[in-house]
Amino acid sequence: MMQLISVISLWIIPLIIGLILIYSTWKKVPAYESFVEGGKEGIKIAVSIIPFLVGMLVAITVFRTSGALEFFMQLLRPLLDIMGVPAEIVPLALIRPISGTAALGLMSDIIAVHGPDSLLGRMASVLQGSTDTTFYVLTVYFGAVGIRKMGDALKVGLLADLIGIGAAIIIVTWMFS
Amino acid sequence: MINYIWIGMTLIGLAFAAATGRMKDVNEAIFQSANDAVTLCIGLISILVFWLGMMRIAQEAGLLNKLSSICKPVITRLFPEVPEDHPAMGYILSNMIANLFGLGNAATPMGIKAMEQLKELNGGKTEASRSMVTFLALNTSGLTLIPTTVIAIRMSYDSAAPTEIVGPTLLATICSTAGAILIDRYFYHRRTRGEKR
Repeated sequence: MMQLISVISLWIIPLIIGLILIYSTWKKVPAYESFVEGGKEGIKIAVSIIPFLVGMLVAITVFRTSGALEFFMQLLRPLLDIMGVPAEIVPLALIRPISGTAALGLMSDIIAVHGPDSLLGRMASVLQGSTDTTFYVLTVYFGAVGIRKMGDALKVGLLADLIGIGAAIIIVTWMFS
Repeated sequence: MINYIWIGMTLIGLAFAAATGRMKDVNEAIFQSANDAVTLCIGLISILVFWLGMMRIAQEAGLLNKLSSICKPVITRLFPEVPEDHPAMGYILSNMIANLFGLGNAATPMGIKAMEQLKELNGGKTEASRSMVTFLALNTSGLTLIPTTVIAIRMSYDSAAPTEIVGPTLLATICSTAGAILIDRYFYHRRTRGEKR
């Protein structure tokens, strides 16, 4: 099972690229021109998130450097140790459903401090990738079409996040430690 | 809400720095982290350009449409109230395929169109219908094949294996999506039982 997951990690990207290129050749699409066109959008996206990430990363770094983060972590640690959850991951888990860029900032911060190949770095990576910003999705989709009564949507979304976060922590602990 | 979190983190941080005498470190950290954030975004350009370029090829070759027709039988089961050839179904499928390949920007307009159609199906009420809740649940659970941004950030911090998290992420996202579907079903059945009583 573990080996299968590692094989997937290694092969999925080359396979998708191969499939796209073979399919586009078969359909006679000018692949290179399309690639360049689509790529331009990538530059726009990367540049447009600069102000979000600058704002978030500065706030997170101030919070961490001042010792505030460590202080709150010490309060939580005894409880989390019982469950086997590293305290450093908790702020990311809390903020992931609320703001995508804040989570991105926190994830980068964890990776910068602990290293991308540490257990915490891997855990933060998987957690960031495996759930979406529930509050944002709800606000945008329901807001755009004027839905006022959300029904069970928020509950379902947050419970699913909880499962995703739990799964990320368990899977990474199981695979990498 | 994010506004308060942002202000809160900064102000609490500054207060702690004042109390613990770390103001000098915090001063340096402000400018250093702003700089890091920009470097990080520049680092994102490489993989975003490559991935969105590949995805544009897939789109123009009709591969994404092909995939949505393959996924159709599964998705129609999740939305029993939406007729199979209703335009809402098409938008739901395109939205999910776009999400699967990490095309957030393409997924959002499709999702909004899907919601408009679902609202119409529901008689234009301002209340969320069953299908809407299911659709939202699938969207918030974040089903993604390749977490491109995460890979890019791991690369910029010199990871020895930036893509080693793809498999575990896929497994975790499958768990949360399966969870979302089951929880959504559970709440739906609880609601309908409540109405019958």
